[in-house]
Amino acid sequence: MKKVFGYPEALTPSMTHYCPGCTHGTIHRLVAEALDELALRERAAGIAPVGCSVLAYNYFNCDMYEAAHGRAPAVATGVKRCRPDLIVFTYQGDGDLASIGMAEIVHAANRGEKITVIFVNNAIYGMTGGQMAPTTMPGQITSTCPMGRNTDHEGHPIRVVELLSTLTTPAYVARVASHTPLHVVQAKQTIREAFRLQAEHACFTMVEVLSTCPTNWGLTASEANNWLAKNMLPYYPLGVLKRPDGADIGALKGA
Amino acid sequence: MPKIVVDIQRCKGCERCVEVCPQGVISMSKQLNQKGYFYAQATNQSRCIGCTFCALNCPDVAIEVFVHGTQYKFIEY
Amino acid sequence: MAKVLMKGCEAIGEAAIRAGCRNFFGYPITPQTEVPEYLAKRFPEVGGVYIQAESEVASINMLYGGAGTGKRVLTSSSSPGISLMAEGVSYIAASHLPVVMVNIVRAGPGLGGILPAQSDYLQATKGLGHGDYRLVVLAPSSVQEAVDLMYQAFDLADKYLTPVMVMGDGMIGQMMEPVEMPEMRDLDDLPAKEWAVTGARGRKPNIVNSLYLSEVACNENNWKLKKKYDEIIKTEKRWETYDCDDDMDLLIVAYGTMARICKTAADELAGENLKLGVFRPITLWPYPYEALEQTAAKANRILVVEMSTGQMVEDVQLAMLGKKQIDFYGLTGGMVPSPDDVADQVRKLLK
Repeated sequence: MKKVFGYPEALTPSMTHYCPGCTHGTIHRLVAEALDELALRERAAGIAPVGCSVLAYNYFNCDMYEAAHGRAPAVATGVKRCRPDLIVFTYQGDGDLASIGMAEIVHAANRGEKITVIFVNNAIYGMTGGQMAPTTMPGQITSTCPMGRNTDHEGHPIRVVELLSTLTTPAYVARVASHTPLHVVQAKQTIREAFRLQAEHACFTMVEVLSTCPTNWGLTASEANNWLAKNMLPYYPLGVLKRPDGADIGALKGA
Repeated sequence: MPKIVVDIQRCKGCERCVEVCPQGVISMSKQLNQKGYFYAQATNQSRCIGCTFCALNCPDVAIEVFVHGTQYKFIEY
Repeated sequence: MAKVLMKGCEAIGEAAIRAGCRNFFGYPITPQTEVPEYLAKRFPEVGGVYIQAESEVASINMLYGGAGTGKRVLTSSSSPGISLMAEGVSYIAASHLPVVMVNIVRAGPGLGGILPAQSDYLQATKGLGHGDYRLVVLAPSSVQEAVDLMYQAFDLADKYLTPVMVMGDGMIGQMMEPVEMPEMRDLDDLPAKEWAVTGARGRKPNIVNSLYLSEVACNENNWKLKKKYDEIIKTEKRWETYDCDDDMDLLIVAYGTMARICKTAADELAGENLKLGVFRPITLWPYPYEALEQTAAKANRILVVEMSTGQMVEDVQLAMLGKKQIDFYGLTGGMVPSPDDVADQVRKLLK
């Protein structure tokens, strides 16, 4: 019999500490598969954030850094500018990228650092126990907005990839989701394209992946998938928002 | 016949595979694995069409998929 | 090699290049902006990469990333910017990475002023950031010494896998003095770094990390750091004595440019039959406590002079443990005591 789906080489055999049903595991696998398929594992240097995926350096089977909270794009800049031959990627969550790290991601994108940023957006701060994130939906209940996010008091969620797509520096900026098999396939294609562009020294690449957090949303994995589809997809449209050649961009079909 | 192999010790019992399988191949065991999760298992292996939806969706990379001979792919994964 | 007249900041930049540095990440701040400006112009000539980061916070993290790849990296800032780097330095030290940082000290606290000061002594010698680690601090008192110490700083950093700070003040940064530059280091000659992130080709992945959730592992990392610092304390203390061979009426303890001013004051007072000596620590950490105690044994009393309200004076008190009378004189906020100011203070104490 022929194996048509197996364990990627770019993932260590470790079992992860992620909650049951957490899409972090899926997204780790997609990144690892992309690195394997493009034969980039031996040139890769990943940068783990502070957040649920803080231990990502134990899960990716390539050279890794642990960065300070929010600073992964700056660390990635240092790595890429010192060793441009390395394939540098960061893997960040809502707090890391959209809160404390907002300056770093904007400037790394604006300088056109040829890195790949994987932004896992689950509308909440997972590791610290379910606090409000810049990406938390209006009305969503978290431990620091127990009456639901009030846009008068806390403002609206930030659409990071839209923000970054307004920069002039060429980039590949996309948003995908991870809650159904179709979305996982689209996410994989997009992530692989991002790494392929980095391998060609093309531009800054970033993929935002809408993800679930069953534990802190207080839902089962299955209910969490539905919650994402119902609440996050309308606000965070999927698609490739920017391509380096400025070609026509459009929403992913069938999403 | 395509078939899946579940690494039951990696499984965390999230049941995403059960949900996405179009053929009803998988169900959750009544036994616990070493970590204390009810693990997924292929209870209807003969119905498997090798679509890999279960493996695609598994966050713990606990499922491997095998086929005999040629498999026609309709999606580029 | 001929001597060249160079501004301190620019000489520091050139010295870094001679030492093998080809990567700088920094942000403009007075009075060290000439360091990034000089490197922005000079790096393309030697194949270096200059990045103007969006902030000092980003700078120190870029430094962390670059250092992990094994390259010789440099950043430069001034007091408020150094404060922003504190967290990053803690990460760099904990991850056992070599970096060189330059602090051209300005008046503080807060936004302060842009004129020279020595008010970052405690910040630097107590490590800057959180956690149980130390920062090697070198204090030049002339542009030439800044060049020499910069050249050595990269070797020190690589030898001990630790951050090293060269701390000057606004005068060192801004004044022009004749300097002789060291030879350009051959980049291929630099020692190999097996631990560096270079791509996991045919080896296990290298991980640059300072997270140790296990208390046992974290404790172990702390003692590993301590062992390193004990070694540095044993072998890397540096200091200079001026006119300290015979018995002294008073020993002045000062560092950096302040020491030069004090030497002039000492010369002035020699003419009035007052026997003065100057003890100048060059490594502020590790502080040469023993050398100071031995030198001070020949003096009746000590005067510590700093461009601050008294920071190094605490280390002098620690060195002497009450054996001698210690007085302090300082001006800060950008004011620089003149040789006459210092001499007047000495006269007040001795008459």
